[in-house]
Amino acid sequence: MKITKDEVIHVANLARLDLDEDSIDLLAGQIGKILEYVDTLNRVDTEGVPSTSYAIFLNNAFREDSVKESLDRDKALANAPEKEDGNFVVPKVINS
Amino acid sequence: MEFESVIGLEIHAQLKTKTKIFCGCSTKFGAPPNTHTCPVCLGMPGVLPVLNKKVVEYSLRMALATNCKINRQSRFARKNYFYPDLPKGYQISQYELPIAENGHVDIEINSHKKRIGITRIHMEEDAGKLTHNPDRPLSMVDFNRTGVPLIEIVSEPDLRSPEEAGAYLRQLRSIVRYLSICDGNMEEGSFRCDANVSIRPIGSETFGTRAELKNLNSFKHVEKALQYEITRQKEILSDGGEVIQETRLWSPDKNRTTSMRSKEEAHDYRYFPDPDLLPLVIDDTWINNVKKSLPELPDERKIRFINKFFLSSNDAEALTSSRELAEYFEECVKQFPNPKQVCNWVMGELLGLLNAEEKTINESPVSTGDLAGLLKLIDKGVISGKIAKTVFEEMAKTGRAPEKIVKEKQLVQVTDVSAIEEVVSKILSNNPKEVEAYKNGKTKLMGFFVGQVMKETRGKANPKIVNEVLKKRLIN
Repeated sequence: MKITKDEVIHVANLARLDLDEDSIDLLAGQIGKILEYVDTLNRVDTEGVPSTSYAIFLNNAFREDSVKESLDRDKALANAPEKEDGNFVVPKVINS
Repeated sequence: MEFESVIGLEIHAQLKTKTKIFCGCSTKFGAPPNTHTCPVCLGMPGVLPVLNKKVVEYSLRMALATNCKINRQSRFARKNYFYPDLPKGYQISQYELPIAENGHVDIEINSHKKRIGITRIHMEEDAGKLTHNPDRPLSMVDFNRTGVPLIEIVSEPDLRSPEEAGAYLRQLRSIVRYLSICDGNMEEGSFRCDANVSIRPIGSETFGTRAELKNLNSFKHVEKALQYEITRQKEILSDGGEVIQETRLWSPDKNRTTSMRSKEEAHDYRYFPDPDLLPLVIDDTWINNVKKSLPELPDERKIRFINKFFLSSNDAEALTSSRELAEYFEECVKQFPNPKQVCNWVMGELLGLLNAEEKTINESPVSTGDLAGLLKLIDKGVISGKIAKTVFEEMAKTGRAPEKIVKEKQLVQVTDVSAIEEVVSKILSNNPKEVEAYKNGKTKLMGFFVGQVMKETRGKANPKIVNEVLKKRLIN
């Protein structure tokens, strides 16, 4: 097994996913297979190849520091399930 | 057992750019909620963040000013966690390859210099603002601050006391303000501080378990919270207990730290390089250009003040703590080249006035020209030092020039010997008992006679002449 049930539960919890017992087993198997597949890459000889995080060979895309018009507030809030006085409204959170 | 405390600080400084780090929304403070937002900072799907070049420039200024090594290649990473002030579900920050590492600043406590290491400086975006409703079970979210650029400056665990932590924090604040990259306002949150603190037996090389303190939003709170936390940990260890690694929140009204256990789990941030942002490559030309643009920094200026103006280390440090104050002082000295006296007046009367009125030096009602003018009046003997304080108060109140106030209120010092002699005669004949006592050796009464003369002349008599006349008359 590439991934344990406990790890699946932990990751699901971090992603705020509520999984039942059956899905946990199912996902552990599926994620395990995906990880095994990705492991194929380890067979490639990477001797002397620098590590990279990007697939394109570009650096440094910048903007100048000049103000652009912001979004109209009604538009910004258009998809909010709840809003009040120009704010998004969420269930109360205090350091949780 | 004797313990020592080990403290490291994480400082977040909001950069004074006009726009956010990855979009063109304004960073202006105090706008109505959610009016400075756009699809990028609201985290809408499919948008592309583009780095604000000024943020890199400001970060380079800080890196150079704190003697850091600049990484020629650095990159942005996603820090994943859920909290309603973070619309994307991740914060764009830097993790591996931050813009700068391995720097230091020097602090001074009781004339003792100490070098504090800086582990790293990285760029990141600020989160939004939450307001919790006191009556209803809901919180309001304002994303205006989301995406405002921050630099996080992480120190080595080199600080050994709350005082050192305070001095380090003040030093960094002074630097960001000299560099004009952050306004350094702790109360308003543009300059924030978290502290990692642990204790260990003196002589021990290993670190104890640390607590992370949050909500330290003023210089006073930082030192008080650290002091509280150190005492708390000492008590636990002395009772044979164990310190738990956790985040603790400082409550200024209760004067204590309390556990914020709920956050523990969120520490699994699953950082990974942000595929939306290209690697940042910084070349020598860029670094050299920023280097050339750096202003004189507080430490350099302090040394110059000591050498050029012969000020004490304490005076020089206080005057250079803010760039504006240092400039005010230098401007005054240009017009009245007696640094020591200018220093006394700036540190005494002027700062006293500004503190009382809660004003900054830029809002000083007394201009550099007028303060220099006042000192010239004392120097030329037109007014006494004592009267000058009255004139200063009037200048502060009305913003008028000292020469005008002196003339109008007829405060010109009386240096006419015969006029002073006349007053002295009057005082002596009104106080025969004291004169007798003086002549019998109670010479301390001189102060009394001087006081009477000054009172009679409403402080305008030249004190030196008063003394001479009195001595001459009392001896005969």
